[in-house]
Amino acid sequence: MSELVAENLHLWRGEQHVLRGICFALARGQCLQITGSNGSGKTTLLRALCGLVPLEEGQVHWQGQLVTRAPHGFHTDLGYLGHDNGLKPDLTAVENLRFATQLRRRVARGEILTALERTGVADCQATLLRRLSAGQRRRVALARIVLTEAPLWVLDEPAANLDPRGQSLVTDLLASHLARGGMAIVATHQALGLPAPQLVAMALQ
Amino acid sequence: MNARQEQVNAPAVERQPANDGLARAVVGLARRDLRVALRRSGDTLQPLGFFLIVTTLFPLALQPEVSLLRDIAPAALWVGALLASLLALDLLFREDAQDGTLEQLALCGQPLASLVLAKTAVHWLLTGLPLVVVAPLAAMALGVPAAALPAVLAALVLGSVTLSLIGAVGAGLTMGMRRNGSLLAMLVLPLVVPVLIFGARATAFAIGGEAVAAPLYLLGAMAVLAVTLAPFAVAAAVRIGLE
Amino acid sequence: MAWVWFHRFGSPPYFYRVAGRLTPWFAWPALVLCLAGLVWGLGFTPPEWHQGDGFRILYIHVPAAWLSVQVYVVMALAAAVGLIWRMKVAHAVAASCATLGASFTVITLGTGMLWGKPMWGTFWAWDPRLTSELLLLFLYLGYIGLRSGFDDTARADRASAVLAIVGVVDVPIVNYSVVWWNSLHQGPSIIRAGGPAIAVPMLIPLLLMIVGFYCYFAAVLLVRVRGEILRRERNAQWIAEELAAPGAGVGSGGGSGAIAGTFQGASVPNSPAGHARI
Repeated sequence: MSELVAENLHLWRGEQHVLRGICFALARGQCLQITGSNGSGKTTLLRALCGLVPLEEGQVHWQGQLVTRAPHGFHTDLGYLGHDNGLKPDLTAVENLRFATQLRRRVARGEILTALERTGVADCQATLLRRLSAGQRRRVALARIVLTEAPLWVLDEPAANLDPRGQSLVTDLLASHLARGGMAIVATHQALGLPAPQLVAMALQ
Repeated sequence: MNARQEQVNAPAVERQPANDGLARAVVGLARRDLRVALRRSGDTLQPLGFFLIVTTLFPLALQPEVSLLRDIAPAALWVGALLASLLALDLLFREDAQDGTLEQLALCGQPLASLVLAKTAVHWLLTGLPLVVVAPLAAMALGVPAAALPAVLAALVLGSVTLSLIGAVGAGLTMGMRRNGSLLAMLVLPLVVPVLIFGARATAFAIGGEAVAAPLYLLGAMAVLAVTLAPFAVAAAVRIGLE
Repeated sequence: MAWVWFHRFGSPPYFYRVAGRLTPWFAWPALVLCLAGLVWGLGFTPPEWHQGDGFRILYIHVPAAWLSVQVYVVMALAAAVGLIWRMKVAHAVAASCATLGASFTVITLGTGMLWGKPMWGTFWAWDPRLTSELLLLFLYLGYIGLRSGFDDTARADRASAVLAIVGVVDVPIVNYSVVWWNSLHQGPSIIRAGGPAIAVPMLIPLLLMIVGFYCYFAAVLLVRVRGEILRRERNAQWIAEELAAPGAGVGSGGGSGAIAGTFQGASVPNSPAGHARI
């Protein structure tokens, strides 16, 4: 009962054949961990799965439908965290989260504060993002992902700039997300500490 | 396995109806952009200053004789407005592309054309409309009679709307490139020549006391065309710029 | 039935071969027609009443002007096809049209200026047709400039396709605005829309030149598209096979063996051997 299926994905960046026949299937409650050296195409793969970069060949299916044919439905179910946090430095944490979540659904202030507490930056709620450290900003970005309430999380180096406590936070968030029936694709070298049936590994050359 | 299947069957979140979501997303986006712009007011004021300086350059380059200035007033006002708009276009997508929020717009499940239309509308409110507000100063300095001002301002309003929208297409396409303003100018200026022609003619007619209906209607038609068609081109351009 | 042909032409190897065979069918008529038109027009038609022999430049100016606009439309159509159906050959056609169209525009402007000097006493008098041509030249230059700003050919294709489509919608508006702008001043105009103003003995060589120019455009476009396809697909298997085959394409059979060897030798490190990009 795989919800996300990728078949034979190929992508070129100029001359480079970055993605060579990637295939996988992911079911609810599973997390796909993608590892690989720098430049092996992890970020490109994640962006291609989201639909930000067009694929030369291959198809991605979400809940049985081709993603290219029903992009709105797919994007509604998708929460993406890239290298950038996807937040405006000139707004406070609360403002950022409110505006980011409002793009998808109605959200109450209480929910936002709960999410900030969950990721450990509740005391930064009224601070401009510009004035926070890189680690704190990353935590706010993680709160953003939690607030999307999307079943599929696509995370590119979620623990970047985070201290060891932050890294275990990422593992916690993933574990509870998977337990609630969500699924995730994570590009990271960090050991995710998830039990074997939940964790699927893919190494890119 | 059975427990997990039960969890799967329970919906994670209740979906709001689509129309409601789009309106809320658009309003939220507009408010966010306004708030960010107000906190970085320096950026939005620069194109205004540029407009005033450029229109000042024309009399300095000629003689300060009122009848002569009145003749070149349409040209000075409109060329100044065009160049100031081009400068301001840099603000539209570049910041959002750099901090990752533009990607999030493309991935939030709402039609990107509506979202970029909202962004461009806010951008016009912050750069095009102030230009129109400040234009009487420049116009008076160039000897434009006060009776001509309403028509001149109407033309500037309509023209600046079209400029913002067509400029947004260029801004989307050149989003990722090195900060090279001249490519954006090369792309956008030939496409907005009609705005320049109709706008300057409207200004000239107004100064001369003749009927301005024809060029104003043409400017209005262009603005309507731009508002209906450009958002799709802008959305396509933004997606390509995000690749 | 038409769709089958459409998608067949979209395949680079098929287009490459067909284009190679079609090129002589356009190139030779182009040469013959243009020569005939030039000789007839320059040598055998009577001088015009007002302009003496100066009008003869229209035999080059008018076809070049027509083609400069047509090529932009072809470019935009090809770009749209490439964008919607994701067809690489269509993008190659659009890319090849750009400098061709720009060249026609430059010829139009140059011949227009040469014509203007004896007629109006000045090289440039803001005639509406020439002004539109100048703006068209800027559109072409913008297109070429945008293309060159992207390293990745596929991204350049898509970005310039959006620009071309916006441009082709805007070009009629630009033309109308320039005519409107000029009509306010009753300025000089080179030629009324080609109809009753031209006498029949002058018309026939003009038609020969127009058809000749179109054939020239088709021939050069086919050659350039083949070159674009070669450049874009240079790591593909079918290119090596194509050039290794005896008597392949337009080039000589002896040279193609050496070229095939060069392509096989220069392999890109990241692509697995034998992978074909169709």
